[in-house]
Amino acid sequence: MVTKDQIVQWLQAFATLLEQNKDYLTELDSEIGDADHGINMDRGFKKVMSQLSSVADKDIGSILKTVSMTLISNVGGASGPLYGTLFLRAGTAVADKQELTDEDMAKLLQAGLDGVKERGKAQLGDKTMVDVLSPAVTNFHQALNEGKNAITALQQAVTAAEQGMKDTIPMLARKGRASYLGERSVGHQDPGATSSYLMLKSLLATLES
Amino acid sequence: MKKLINKPEDFVRESLVGMAVAHPDLIKVHFDPNFVYRSDAPMQGKVAIISGGGSGHEPMHTSFVGMGMLDAACPGEVFTSPTPDQMLEAAKTVDGGAGVLYIVKNYSGDVMNFEMATELARTVGIRVFNILIDDDVAVKDSLYTQGRRGVGTTVLAEKICGAAAERGYDLQQVMDLCRRVNLNGRSMGLALTSCTVPAKGTPTFTLGDNEMEMGIGIHGEPGRERMAQKSADEMTEMLALSIIEDSTYSRTVREWDEDGGEWVDVELIDQPFQRSDRVLAFVNSMGGTPISELYIVYRKLAEICQKQGIQIVRNLVGPYITSLEMQGCSITLLKLDDEMIRLWDAPVKTPSLRWGI
Repeated sequence: MVTKDQIVQWLQAFATLLEQNKDYLTELDSEIGDADHGINMDRGFKKVMSQLSSVADKDIGSILKTVSMTLISNVGGASGPLYGTLFLRAGTAVADKQELTDEDMAKLLQAGLDGVKERGKAQLGDKTMVDVLSPAVTNFHQALNEGKNAITALQQAVTAAEQGMKDTIPMLARKGRASYLGERSVGHQDPGATSSYLMLKSLLATLES
Repeated sequence: MKKLINKPEDFVRESLVGMAVAHPDLIKVHFDPNFVYRSDAPMQGKVAIISGGGSGHEPMHTSFVGMGMLDAACPGEVFTSPTPDQMLEAAKTVDGGAGVLYIVKNYSGDVMNFEMATELARTVGIRVFNILIDDDVAVKDSLYTQGRRGVGTTVLAEKICGAAAERGYDLQQVMDLCRRVNLNGRSMGLALTSCTVPAKGTPTFTLGDNEMEMGIGIHGEPGRERMAQKSADEMTEMLALSIIEDSTYSRTVREWDEDGGEWVDVELIDQPFQRSDRVLAFVNSMGGTPISELYIVYRKLAEICQKQGIQIVRNLVGPYITSLEMQGCSITLLKLDDEMIRLWDAPVKTPSLRWGI
């Protein structure tokens, strides 16, 4: 079971990781994008943190939807609608829940991934967030099907996510501003994939602690 | 970083405050969410035109708000798309009952945020459509990229569609006109130096002393090629011929289908320039290049067009769609018909574009 408190702690842990990696993400983005990913994500999650206390007594679905609306209104760029849609769909998938079963977690992750793919029209291999989220969700499902618990499944998901993040390095970008670089996008790790990895890593760290 | 700023995080807000103080007769500024709108909005019965995008390209879009052009503009953070709440509030504020057109530059962030805003505005009963501008020929194909970027034609579309709305065109007519302007406009730019985003504090990219980036995007995105700097005439020729000789371009865009209440994919194709075309020639500074240099470019562009049998019947020379303090320029050629010429000549009164009044 994942409790509501753990979801709140996860969001706090992700916000902290984003703050610590703000310059790193922006640096990655200056290689193949427009040098603002770390700045925007940090600004968005600082705002999320300021809103969190007002919804902490609500259900998990409502908390995640509040995260979504806050990101949509404060992040801008491509990451605002993408992360906003991710949290909106994730929240809808677990509407009214006070705690989450392993199956709920699987639904939450799957819905988030589907939302990102739909909003951004990106597929696996396009050098985007999808290259981290998709293998993570696949591995999570697979581990649950093999009878493993959510933490073990998430460990496998995060391992796959890290590999997915590194796999974006040799990829040719096909979406977003990086796509204009063509061959020059090869050799750089995708910033959106990196922040998605940090999101999953902070979720695992929260559940393990 | 040397800039006339106080704190990087106050850049957008303080600039908007300044605009409001400078032009109270033309515009008002709404904060949280941020948008600039016509002081006489909403205009009852007139189609409202809204655009927006990252800040740092001024005068586009905020200084094009006013009679005969935009009803509202939504500025994002520097080089970052604005957010749907800004676009929604702007639509609510300026809708005069005849509907709203969002003019959107083709960048993934802008497209996604404006699409979300369209969905939100529709849920509160505002009739909204969005039309994409994608005119940058530096991007050659749309199959493996986000497609052509929206650049110089955006300024021209805002002027021409603004005039049409002012004359009483309905929403469908303004939309069709906007699409037509986009399909007839083509642009390309180059950079001699990088710009510096205030929040980052260091240049976005590095060019050697004698290097230039051909096909640069307005956020410093790389273009076709990095090469040794050439003479003004040679650089102008490279830009102009890239535009004039560019072949037929096809792309699939997502437009709102009112009857079905959902997004549909629409294929749009534009045709290359031909001899005897009448065009508007727009030579634009990226922000750091002086107007004197733009005229050196214009002089060569006029000569090239004449040789190619293309007749320049209108022009615009100056910094209108910039990239902060970047040195460089872009050229846009827009094929005109009589209707578009009349609308271009129609009166306009905004902080940065004014004539005929």
